Amino acid sequence: MSEHAEHVVSPKIYLLIFAALMVLTVTTAWAATVDLNAYFMGLNIIVALVIATCKASLVVLFFMHAYYSAKRTKLIIICGVFWLAIMLFLTMGDYATRSWEVH
Amino acid sequence: MATTTTAPAYTMPRDHYLNSSYGIRSWLLTTDHKRIAWLYLAGVTFFFTLGGIFAAMIRIHLLVPNGLLVSPETYNKLFTMHGVAMIFFFLIPSIPAVLGNFLIPLMIGAKDVAFPKLNLLSWYVYITGGCFVLYAFATGGLDTGWTFYTPLSSVYSNSAVAPAVIGIFINGFSSILTGINFAVTIHTMRAPGMTWFRLPLFIWAHYATSIIFILGTPVIAITLLLVALERVFHLGFFNPALGGDPILFQHLFWFYSHPAVYIMILPAMGVISEIIPTFARKPIFGYTFIAASSISIAVIGFFVWAHHMFLTGESTYAALAFSLLSYLVAIPSAVKVFNWTATLYKGSISYDTPMLYALGFIGLFLIGGLTGLFLACLGLDINIHDTYFVIAHFHYIMVGGAIMGYLGGLHFWWPKITGKLYPEFLARVAAITLFVGFNLTFGPQFLLGLMGMPRRYHNYPPEFQVLNVLSTAGASILAIGYLLPMVYFTWSVRYGKVAGPNPWPATGLEWSTDSPPPAENFDVTPVVDWEPYDYKNRADLGLGTSVAPLAPAHGDD
Amino acid sequence: MHRTGELYGQFQTLEQQKASATLGMWIFLATEILFFGGLFLTYTINRQAYPDVFADASKTLSLPLGTINTLVLIASSLTMAMAVWSAEVGKKKLIPLFLVLTLILGSIFLFIKGIEYHDKYVEHHIPGLPFQFEPGSSVATNAHAELFFSLYFGMTGLHAMHMVVGVGLLIWLLRQSLKGRFTPDYNTPIENVGLYWHFVDIVWIYLYPLLYLIDRHK
Repeated sequence: MSEHAEHVVSPKIYLLIFAALMVLTVTTAWAATVDLNAYFMGLNIIVALVIATCKASLVVLFFMHAYYSAKRTKLIIICGVFWLAIMLFLTMGDYATRSWEVH
Repeated sequence: MATTTTAPAYTMPRDHYLNSSYGIRSWLLTTDHKRIAWLYLAGVTFFFTLGGIFAAMIRIHLLVPNGLLVSPETYNKLFTMHGVAMIFFFLIPSIPAVLGNFLIPLMIGAKDVAFPKLNLLSWYVYITGGCFVLYAFATGGLDTGWTFYTPLSSVYSNSAVAPAVIGIFINGFSSILTGINFAVTIHTMRAPGMTWFRLPLFIWAHYATSIIFILGTPVIAITLLLVALERVFHLGFFNPALGGDPILFQHLFWFYSHPAVYIMILPAMGVISEIIPTFARKPIFGYTFIAASSISIAVIGFFVWAHHMFLTGESTYAALAFSLLSYLVAIPSAVKVFNWTATLYKGSISYDTPMLYALGFIGLFLIGGLTGLFLACLGLDINIHDTYFVIAHFHYIMVGGAIMGYLGGLHFWWPKITGKLYPEFLARVAAITLFVGFNLTFGPQFLLGLMGMPRRYHNYPPEFQVLNVLSTAGASILAIGYLLPMVYFTWSVRYGKVAGPNPWPATGLEWSTDSPPPAENFDVTPVVDWEPYDYKNRADLGLGTSVAPLAPAHGDD
Repeated sequence: MHRTGELYGQFQTLEQQKASATLGMWIFLATEILFFGGLFLTYTINRQAYPDVFADASKTLSLPLGTINTLVLIASSLTMAMAVWSAEVGKKKLIPLFLVLTLILGSIFLFIKGIEYHDKYVEHHIPGLPFQFEPGSSVATNAHAELFFSLYFGMTGLHAMHMVVGVGLLIWLLRQSLKGRFTPDYNTPIENVGLYWHFVDIVWIYLYPLLYLIDRHK
């Protein structure tokens, strides 16, 4: 099973992605200086993580060619992220539910 | 048993992987997966022996209520070092690194694994990690329990924790590299015609194991690294006095260490799936279900870790969730047991040594697995957590299951690996001795646990003595069961009867090449056009509905 | 010893060899997600426990230097992707150029990191060495700030170690490219080192907001 076959990603796409990443970086730095938590508790960290995930996705999909790659590659990426999510969310679930009442 | 057709006398092949080159460098610098398997065999046998010595000392010490042999501090070190040696340096590598390494390329029709040099590096990483741990054992020992709970391990213990966790950290990379190697090999190196659903279940089991190696081991690596850093630089991640959190350590630790137990059992299940059809002369029942259950165990196994933490302070709701998930993970294991049993039904069963181990596995794994469900029950666990019930449970799985699988596999593939047959009668005696000794050692421990004897204690109330003495007596019988194979396997390499390519006979690509195989595994790349476990249709092996099956060859016929 | 580009003995075809190498690298990166993941979990739990101290400690990091480093690293990902492209289209002369640019940008990142670490050393914010947060902080605040900085050094240190390995790999690639080894038919090593380099970039993409951007509005 070959990876992205003969598909060569053009430098134009790379430059476009690079520009987007620059913009997102500046945006996240600026957003950190705005008190978003006043609107919704935790909005600052949510925005920061969403922006970071957008940036990471652009790097994975285009710089790492995942967009053009075989299904198997996409599955590996998804599994890695999913397993990290298991570890994070189930552990945080423990901490989050410590204060819940037991009936 | 059907008519005995005496097998022709075989001679050893002229050229094979054991005589393809000579000298210590040809072994220490080999990239041949079959030789690397031998390197691992030497390593795991060493650590098994070391762990066994610690176990013997524990059992002797527990002959009397106040302890017979060692001080309380030394006792803590004994059970810790027993656990560390056995789990990280014997059980986790054993079947994958010895049998997996040897067999995976042969079973899929490849010349070697995808990354042979990485394979050798894995072994050196294993040995390096082992050296660090041996150094720790020799210079102060280890008294934290193999679970390294903080802050005892990271702050207060006076034993050689830092070199030990660094050694286990290093060893983790051996697992990771092996997992990557196996996964890639199974994906890309299969011979023409070897589709996923023609693969032996041993391969499916190792693929599932590789998933756990890949996704779980990195977490224990970083966790133990943090413990080492905390200990050396007095950081505070897991130390309450500095604002740290010991439960966080436990989450990180068990996130790997629970799936680790599936690393220890899945390969053994793969071995059983190979042995049962061979000695029942029947295709395995429910191939797809067994393959799917291996993957399910690997996946669901990552969702249950905090059942080790029911009593250490996690939230009640988390405990409920993990308890339910722990019951779920038992289902695919049960599927396997049902399928193996259904394979035996109306089979033409012969009780050769590998089959004795496989049958023993089914029964003992059943007990071990079911008692796991006892422990997963929250209400019951409050009473039996940290008692001998837990110890009995996991030894039924680790020893009654994994080690019996390992020994069964060693016996089953010994003729392929060495070209020689082991003496069958002695081997059966050893298997039965092991089974009896094992049950006598660990059966009483269930009762001790229910009666309330805590684990990791150097002494106990006098009313527990009878069961403890029984357990120690069992351990001495068990030891004989382990020593016998070490003796006759060694004997057989020199003096054993020549086995020929397929002594059982079994289907499976590894049996179509010489015993021992040539260095390149196959003279011609095989093209696979048959289904696995086709025991009803292989007249060429004496296996067919119209042909009386060949009896397995024995080393002492 | 096999030269780059030859068919290794265990493989049947070059295509199988390439597929194996790339699959191996992707699976290795999956292990790295979990490896760093343990640190991210530790960070999450600790930040939830001590949000205010973490915010105060984060403010002592230099936002300008952190942001510049982020831009530098993303630029190095661009040059790395361009190095892979150059090999894919056969522009052999461009390969070493882009590799050198990537090397330079990576080195700038590490240099700036060094400056930041030095600043932390001067301010007594390195755990293990005599650690003192703001003068007059309570014992608890000091301990919790030390937790932040343990994570800061642990996570950026592990990241920097990965960068150093990356730099080593780039130097190896540079030497191979100067010998003209990479062609449109064979450029697997560049592609796979590129995957590794991009992954290290992605780790930093998450480290930056988590370490540098806590409550900068206060």
